[in-house]
Amino acid sequence: MTKIKTIADLVKLRDELQSKQALADSADNAESIIQIKIGMGTSGIASGAKDVMDFLIEALEKRNIEAIVSQTGDMGYSYAEPTISVKKPGKSPIIFGYVNVQKADEIIEKYIKRDELVEGVIPVNYHTIDN
Amino acid sequence: MTKYKQIRIVLNNCGVIDPENIEESIARDSYMALGKCITEMTPQDVIKEIKESGLRGRGGGGFPTGLKWEIASKNHADQKYVVCNADEGDPGAFMDRSVLEGDPHAVLEAMAICGYAIGATKGLIYIRAEYPMAIKRLKIAIDQALEYGLLGNNIFGSKFDFNIELRYGAGAFVCGEETSLIHSMEGLRGEPTIKPPFPAEKGYLGKPTNVNNVETFACVPIIIRKGASWFNKIGTEKSKGTKVFALAGKVNNVGLIEVPMGTTLREVIFEIGGGIQNGKKFKAVQTGGPSGGCLTEKHLDTPIDFDNLIAAGSMMGSGGMIVMDEDNCMVSVAKFYLDFTVEESCGKCSPCRIGNKRLYELLERITKGQGVMDDLQRLRNMSNVIKDTSLCGLGQTSPNPVLSTLDNFYDEYVAHIKDHKCPAGQCKDLMKYFIIAENCVGCTACARVCPVGAITGEKKEPHFINSEICIKCGACMERCKFDAIIIK
Repeated sequence: MTKIKTIADLVKLRDELQSKQALADSADNAESIIQIKIGMGTSGIASGAKDVMDFLIEALEKRNIEAIVSQTGDMGYSYAEPTISVKKPGKSPIIFGYVNVQKADEIIEKYIKRDELVEGVIPVNYHTIDN
Repeated sequence: MTKYKQIRIVLNNCGVIDPENIEESIARDSYMALGKCITEMTPQDVIKEIKESGLRGRGGGGFPTGLKWEIASKNHADQKYVVCNADEGDPGAFMDRSVLEGDPHAVLEAMAICGYAIGATKGLIYIRAEYPMAIKRLKIAIDQALEYGLLGNNIFGSKFDFNIELRYGAGAFVCGEETSLIHSMEGLRGEPTIKPPFPAEKGYLGKPTNVNNVETFACVPIIIRKGASWFNKIGTEKSKGTKVFALAGKVNNVGLIEVPMGTTLREVIFEIGGGIQNGKKFKAVQTGGPSGGCLTEKHLDTPIDFDNLIAAGSMMGSGGMIVMDEDNCMVSVAKFYLDFTVEESCGKCSPCRIGNKRLYELLERITKGQGVMDDLQRLRNMSNVIKDTSLCGLGQTSPNPVLSTLDNFYDEYVAHIKDHKCPAGQCKDLMKYFIIAENCVGCTACARVCPVGAITGEKKEPHFINSEICIKCGACMERCKFDAIIIK
């Protein structure tokens, strides 16, 4: 990794990363991919997020579904931990709560494979800095 | 457009980015604010911007952050320090932990900005060792920022150097107070000292030191990126921006929320929080942890900001919010917090060391039904003395739970003392289990389950509980199928 020496370097890196992200997000693109994020703050881990993550990585590979599974911080829904967010290309991310291994399996089979929603969706209830 | 009650500014990246991957942060504009400060702004400009934003310290006190930075910048020394106070110790509060675990770069970036503004090259994060995940992610974040050249020497090709180290605390509540925190970092006992001198003059190792809370820092990069005038449009006249709360207790949607200052308690508890669990009745909400107070129904429509909460007899604190329902005994709640303060008092000054212990003993007496009416005046007098004479913020605020429950739930105290009854049914010493003879069929189930043999009676005859022996465990009541056992 070359060091960032000027603000222009940082802007360049940011723009590159953003366009890479945009490619992964868009609906019709060879590089688009399902992105799954697992809320792994202390509270998420304490309620079993690690098991869900391990299961998802293994199950998606076994079932030949290409996806990126990564960890993220606390999503804020402590009452519904573990929480995961699933983003299919071209769609807004959906957050599922109360995700144990069975639920994760259901999410793969129903939402990821067939676009059917499963119970436990947490609706967005906040504005971000951009809107 | 739907109007939501929450705005995520501090939590903007939490739950969105992978905190262990700096590139995900950079893709969401991390370190752009630092770049802007170093390349386009003078340190005075940065301080001016923070002052104009109206940002106030999120650790509880609400001191204007820009002013704090200005004082530190004006004290000249060969070395100054920026300290991040991550010693979150209120029972039920987890905002700072979540920010550090979810978006560590925001805090690192803000500390560097502060360093640039006040002329410090060293940053220290004082974090409790009880937060291993936050420590791990901070370490990774610091290493990655150094690798990318976003911390270290000659940041953005300038002459500005900034390095950050971690300092671990053992989880003592008093070390959230800035002078204690500094002593603890120096390897001394975590005890407060009298201010002045303020840390901005003589802090860590005797050098000017600026201490801010995690959440305060987390607001800074966005203020620089979006401008003070964007930030100060959010919130109330005297409290700008948003506040993160850890909503806990008997509320349906327990969790981390971020609302603009000025949102009412009702909106937080009933709309965002989804109301009280199991359809019970709302009784009180405790804000500000052991330093705060209990607010009631009549405060529900008060807009939350620093000044309103103080006027209502509580305080913002760091943002813990514990909701209580009709089953919570307010005398016991006050006792719980006093128990915590007695445990956490460092013992340096007598009002806090002895006074809080005496307060606790009085409360204990009342919850046991041994109190007298004079105790209430005694509680009040002693609370005021402790508030006025304690050395640091811990003692100055520790009687707040007592005073606010005395103000708002006086009848409950009286019921304990005069009627020897706990209206919420929580104080074990004031409860008595009875068997209603008409309902009892003499099945002996209760007598068999009683662990201390307090229940006697012949088969098929009404049974009897000997309250001298009864330990009030409630096992009999659970077992009885005929609703024959009641609490009086």
